[in-house]
Amino acid sequence: MRLLGHLGGVLLIVWGAATAGFLALKLIPGDPVEVMLGVQAQVSEETKEAIRRDWGLDQPVLVQYLQYLGRLVRGDLGQSYQLRQPVAETIASQAGATLALTGLALLFAVVIALAAALFVRGRRWNSVVGLLELVLVSSPTFWIGLVLIAVFGFGLHWFPVTNGSGFSAQVLPAVTLALPIAGILSQVLRQGLEAAATQPFALTARARGIGYARLVGRHTLRHAAGDGITLSGYILGSLLGGAVLVETVFGRAGLGRVTLRAVIDRDLPVVLGMIVVVAVVFAIINLLVDLAHERLDPRLRVAS
Amino acid sequence: MTVLVARRTRRPRAPGVVLAGVFLVALLVAALFPGLVTPLDPLRAQVSDALQGPGLEHPFGTDQSGRDVFARVVHGARYSLAVGFGASLIALLAGLVIGVVSGLSPTPVDTVIGRIIVIGMAFPEFLVALLVIAIIGPGPSSLVAAIALAATPAYARVARSQTRVVVRASYVTAAVSLGVPRWRSVLRHVLPNTLGPLLVMATIGVGTAIVSAAGLSFLGLGPAAPTPEWGVILSEGRNLLDRAPWVALFPGLVITATVISTSVVGRALRGGARAQR
Repeated sequence: MRLLGHLGGVLLIVWGAATAGFLALKLIPGDPVEVMLGVQAQVSEETKEAIRRDWGLDQPVLVQYLQYLGRLVRGDLGQSYQLRQPVAETIASQAGATLALTGLALLFAVVIALAAALFVRGRRWNSVVGLLELVLVSSPTFWIGLVLIAVFGFGLHWFPVTNGSGFSAQVLPAVTLALPIAGILSQVLRQGLEAAATQPFALTARARGIGYARLVGRHTLRHAAGDGITLSGYILGSLLGGAVLVETVFGRAGLGRVTLRAVIDRDLPVVLGMIVVVAVVFAIINLLVDLAHERLDPRLRVAS
Repeated sequence: MTVLVARRTRRPRAPGVVLAGVFLVALLVAALFPGLVTPLDPLRAQVSDALQGPGLEHPFGTDQSGRDVFARVVHGARYSLAVGFGASLIALLAGLVIGVVSGLSPTPVDTVIGRIIVIGMAFPEFLVALLVIAIIGPGPSSLVAAIALAATPAYARVARSQTRVVVRASYVTAAVSLGVPRWRSVLRHVLPNTLGPLLVMATIGVGTAIVSAAGLSFLGLGPAAPTPEWGVILSEGRNLLDRAPWVALFPGLVITATVISTSVVGRALRGGARAQR
């Protein structure tokens, strides 16, 4: 029953995003057919009419909206104005590259943050790490990328700058995307560990005679991880938003580049398709976060 | 505000807060009177000076057409601060109106608006800004609108929850039962109590907005190329990384310092507001 409620929430978010996107598309000034054909195109009124009929633009808005929702349910995201291919195909063909980049970045971020949270002890080191976190969280992602290219690409020649292939070409972009996330995740994890260590259950565990490492491993890290997981939405957002910038900085193909191209060309079906895809991903992640919380914190399970 | 400052002077302020404040004031001077900070023209090309490293004459070096990067960064403060403050102010006001109206509305209306706010919050701000630019087209004013719209749900959420708390507070109930008209209670109680937290949010939000603006104009969606805007300078610096890394290094450092300063000052304000309560 509760799962049903969760699924309803997912559908609501996706529907809301799809509707907002559709409304936005209808609000844009200008004729979509003109946008699609480009400014210089010399096309007869008849051809334009035919295109309008093909795309269902001659129907009342409500009918268009229902048709649009109907197509969405079947997984059809419409046709790109510029690329002349189905939006779903465009997105599917680019998703792999972005998934690899963001996945690797997430891995790096978690490893860095965990290392900072678990191994940094003592006041002086804590304040050094705190300062580092503040810098990472405050820096523009794309600037971190530029600095990494200048230092590790052109300066030390450790990694290829552009046109590289294989794992070594993935490292700099993934680290760029990972560092700001590592900064905020490490902030939250370190605060969470500290807070959990003062809880009664930590004292009890210590009184039972377990060591610091076991206390962290079995008890306090679980609590800190709960706080970290709350950040999932934020992290996913910075991964996706950051992908647009990182792919541009490193000249890589991927969803970010497709989105940026679509924004510049005003290829609205592609933009709308991206919104729907992002909404689906977001809603699912949110659902998983809720479920993960219940697994990590025994208190929540009892309460529900 | 003056009361808050007067009380806090008893406790010595952290040096970081002072440093951040000084930096922000310097930035404000650069934005308002760039001529006071540097005599050089950010647009004047001097090919004989091209690609010089940082030194006494050019603290941040020069770019490929010999323009002084320091002068460009100083003159760029105006654009970035305008977008940062402008977008945050618009988002604050829009969020305030939406949140207060929602919080005062009957439950069904409030629930619907609350749901919409949650859906709006679910989207990453940078992507929302991109979407808005896709719809209204690129340009400097689109930048402000896009960033403002993307930030609005966060302000609206805080304004809404704050309003709901204040409306149910005993002093409001007391005032209303004593015959104070509802609109007056909204003006005297709800608005001031909601505005405080939003202003603190906006202080930190200015930094975020500046980063978003730099990112969007780095992508070519903001002011056009010769404009000394920070994102534009960074995108020019991208092509010079092998020969003149300083062109990209210094504007980024300034952006980072700006964001750190706004969040340090914002946190201090929040701490001050808490201590006052």
